[in-house]
Amino acid sequence: MARKPFILRNPSVLVVLAVLAVFTVIVTLMSQAYGTGAIPTSMVKVLGKTLCLALAAVAMDLVWGYLGILSLGQMAFFALGGYMIGQWLMYARTETIVAASMANNPIPPTPNELQQAVASQIFGVVGAADLPLLWSFAHSLTAQLVLMVAVPGLLALIFGWLAFRSRVNGVYLSILTQAMTLALALWLFQNDSGFRGNNGLSGLQNIPGLEHVAQARLSVWFLWASATVLALCYLLAAWLVSGKFGSVIRAIRDDETRVRFLGYPVEGFKLVVFTLAAMITAIAGALYYPQAGIINPAELAPIASIYLAVWVAIGGRGRLYGAMIGAIVVSLLSSWFTGGRAPDLHLPGYTVSWVDWWQVVLGLSFVLVTLFAPKGIAGIFDWLGGAVSPRRQGKDLGPGEGSLTEQEAQA
Amino acid sequence: MTRPHALLRHLPALIFVLALLATALPATANTALEQIVTNNLEQIQRPSRRTVQPLIAQIAATGPEGLAFLSAWANRNLGLTDDGQLLITSGKTTTDAITGQVVTGAEPKMLRPNSGVRGLIESALVAGEIASPDMARRAAALDSMARSSSAEHLVALRDAPPETDPALAARRARLEKLLTIRFDDDSAARIAAIQDMSGDVGLDFRAALNPLLATHRIVATSAPADQNIARELTPGRDDFSRDTAYDILKSEGVAQARLTPTAQRDTLAAHLQDGAVAGVPVAELSTTVGRDRAYEALEAAGTVSPAATDAEADDAIDAHRYFDVYNEPDSDVTDAARAAQRAAETRLMAMKGVDLGLDALSLASIYFLAAIGLAITFGVMRVINMAHGEFIMMGAYTAYVVQTMIPDRTGSLIIALPAAFIVTFLAGVLLERLVIRHLAKRPLETLLATFGVSIALQQLAKNIFGTQARPLTAPKWLEGAITINDVISISTIRVAIFALALLFLGLFLFIMKKTRLGLEVRAVTQNPGMAASMGINPDRIAMMTFGLGSGIAGIAGVAIGLFAQVTSELGQNYIVQSFMTVVVGGVGNIWGTLAGAGLIGILSKVIESFNPSNTLAAQTFMILFIVIFIQFRPRGIIPQKGRAAEV
Repeated sequence: MARKPFILRNPSVLVVLAVLAVFTVIVTLMSQAYGTGAIPTSMVKVLGKTLCLALAAVAMDLVWGYLGILSLGQMAFFALGGYMIGQWLMYARTETIVAASMANNPIPPTPNELQQAVASQIFGVVGAADLPLLWSFAHSLTAQLVLMVAVPGLLALIFGWLAFRSRVNGVYLSILTQAMTLALALWLFQNDSGFRGNNGLSGLQNIPGLEHVAQARLSVWFLWASATVLALCYLLAAWLVSGKFGSVIRAIRDDETRVRFLGYPVEGFKLVVFTLAAMITAIAGALYYPQAGIINPAELAPIASIYLAVWVAIGGRGRLYGAMIGAIVVSLLSSWFTGGRAPDLHLPGYTVSWVDWWQVVLGLSFVLVTLFAPKGIAGIFDWLGGAVSPRRQGKDLGPGEGSLTEQEAQA
Repeated sequence: MTRPHALLRHLPALIFVLALLATALPATANTALEQIVTNNLEQIQRPSRRTVQPLIAQIAATGPEGLAFLSAWANRNLGLTDDGQLLITSGKTTTDAITGQVVTGAEPKMLRPNSGVRGLIESALVAGEIASPDMARRAAALDSMARSSSAEHLVALRDAPPETDPALAARRARLEKLLTIRFDDDSAARIAAIQDMSGDVGLDFRAALNPLLATHRIVATSAPADQNIARELTPGRDDFSRDTAYDILKSEGVAQARLTPTAQRDTLAAHLQDGAVAGVPVAELSTTVGRDRAYEALEAAGTVSPAATDAEADDAIDAHRYFDVYNEPDSDVTDAARAAQRAAETRLMAMKGVDLGLDALSLASIYFLAAIGLAITFGVMRVINMAHGEFIMMGAYTAYVVQTMIPDRTGSLIIALPAAFIVTFLAGVLLERLVIRHLAKRPLETLLATFGVSIALQQLAKNIFGTQARPLTAPKWLEGAITINDVISISTIRVAIFALALLFLGLFLFIMKKTRLGLEVRAVTQNPGMAASMGINPDRIAMMTFGLGSGIAGIAGVAIGLFAQVTSELGQNYIVQSFMTVVVGGVGNIWGTLAGAGLIGILSKVIESFNPSNTLAAQTFMILFIVIFIQFRPRGIIPQKGRAAEV
């Protein structure tokens, strides 16, 4: 039987890619560098960063929505990707600056002296003068690009192998991923771990070799890069979950034991998805932090990863465009409300300042979404398409998880 | 030098009589003092260290006025007018040194006794104090001697009359031994004192030993015979690198400096001519090889003096021997001091171990209190409550509010504990009824929904109480610490928290094993369906369990608030550790939680003790350990057994 092409089986992919393309073109045409200038450069950066967050959310959806692992450590991979690319950005830029200043010396510096000067420039803030071992490849963009994917991938592989092998799952696994993130954050916070402690890496918005390009232009380039990578990864993820592989991982989500008894290597499937998602998240991070300009260990706070889960849940997990929508809508709304740009709400007797109350609203709306709209925003598309799942809100008729509820039994 | 034994021995009686006289006749001048001063005016003006001793003793013997006179003399507050009147100035007022009457308009010439004389006066003063009939003054004198001691104090202490108060006598004996170790000229006496105190872990004893064992480093070609050698150092071993050895040789002037890259570069820069150094073009100086070539060319031309090569440096290092030498010349004394120090260190290690154990215990009880509620809800309902930390915070803020209303600290604490329980119990019941009940069988979503509640509650607390920390003051009887010695001490509040944890352990066991509620909770935990068939209402049980768990979190919040600042992030700081405790311990069993809290508490403190300055590293290793631990015991130390574990 001839199968329909992948795209035709998943029309949503086409829609998402088209929307993404249109969005990118519109932003480009309204940017300061290439168009009318209606969107300021800072806003272009925010949009570019949001696309990166959407990419991280897509990866999160792979792990949570499809595989059923609520990983509270995704931001660890995100930040690791940022740190890896940040090493090169910071080293290469400092090297050009130091080399320029040393060129005035009567005696030209030896490579060793140059490296020493760069190291003391970068690590002076944490009281160190030598280049840590972890920065051995910082001078090479290629090496750091490889590390950017390899380090988070390896971490996910080792952690996942250890955890899945001993059948840690459910809530335990969530807590364990959170612990991993916390451990990594605490380690990075130390001055002697080699990543400048809580100063983090800064000045990442200046791309070495592109000093002559204005930030207005760079921001649009980064938007293009983010949109392209998002599109590619989205395609990859959609292809992955559409075939037999996708069926297996969804089956693992719904009943892991049954899949194992059917003869599938459950641990292997989990490991592949978990590692792949970590790598995608790392790429998202590597694109995000040059736009943000600075990265520090606070980015790895356990709460950041939980927010990622919140976005995916609000957007609608178990479908990739849901995760994207959730990340884009909630993160943009959050930055609008907490940025102080939202007008205060004047109630009789009390003025609601959104900077103070947005978190409360977010938290409560999150509870409401979980309770009443488990499909999230993406559920609206189901509703529009007329696909509504049966309501299961009656009392359980029996203790088992699969038992019918009262209303279903009557129907 | 004669010592005024007889005088000093009768000093207390003398002072007592004089004090009586002084109180009986307040306006009358001290005639004895006046006479002595008048007769010795010359010596008071120009005292000599060798001859002034009897005079000081005489003055001290005249009573409080004499002591005041001496203290003013030593402090350079004593002045002499042109007509021979002695005056004491203190601040702006000037009084007659003998009669104590206020004098105005006088311009005395201040007397400036040298430090030797002042030392004599001060020890006489302390000696007077140490013999004082007032116990508080004797204690103060001992304190002042312990703070800053001198050889004179030792003499004074030995000559002082026997102490009647047993506690003070013990302190005095100890102080005398310490002073003997530090100041006595007789080695035998010092060794005896050291051996007597050997194994003592007091800070003062260790401080007294340290100067005896202080060393300095010397370099010589052969072993010095006249020195008290602590140890010989071998370059390249025992923290004594060859570079350090060479640095010593350089500072002794035995060897010349090696050529550092910086020195080489600077020398080359100094000899730069027409874009080249000794014929080597500047462009080639960007490598080590090029620089060496240029420098050798300079050496060959004789422009720079040849620097020591590595081989020469090695020869110089090997040609010498290096010693750590005690500043104290007597080897018997240093041997005894070293033995005593070793004994002290051994005991100190043991005591530090005990202290660490106490710390770990108190940390464990905090974790236990914070985690117990989480363990209950997780064990019974399979629900991770991310808002648990906020319940802890809520309890702490409840206590703060109660404290603002009731000023009495003890009273407010007694009210706050049940109030915190009730508030968080109600909040827990509310959360269970409104949210968690509707998410039954969906643990991951419950986790996220409770997280939503958590961020909302945290921000709400920030909006109500502000971002700055609110103090929660403990009652007086909970302040301070129980100190056993210089090493072992534990703050009272931590003992109270330990007691509270024990209390809740007992309470929990009682509820679970002896009450109807506990029976029903256990039934629902083991098999909800069967329990429901037996007429137990699982919904009610879930609600009660959740309320109970949250209530205990509230109490934990009060306890934590007493020693930590109450902020909206209070709960967040404990939530991860609480999770760890539950996960490590194993769910559904209070003993598991206890074991988990104990393990985490002890481990955190032990890891921290390896590197006390770096608590971040300690926490990192702690979490790594937990992650690895889970590999081997995925269901915790005490895993749940039976059908309930299969869910």
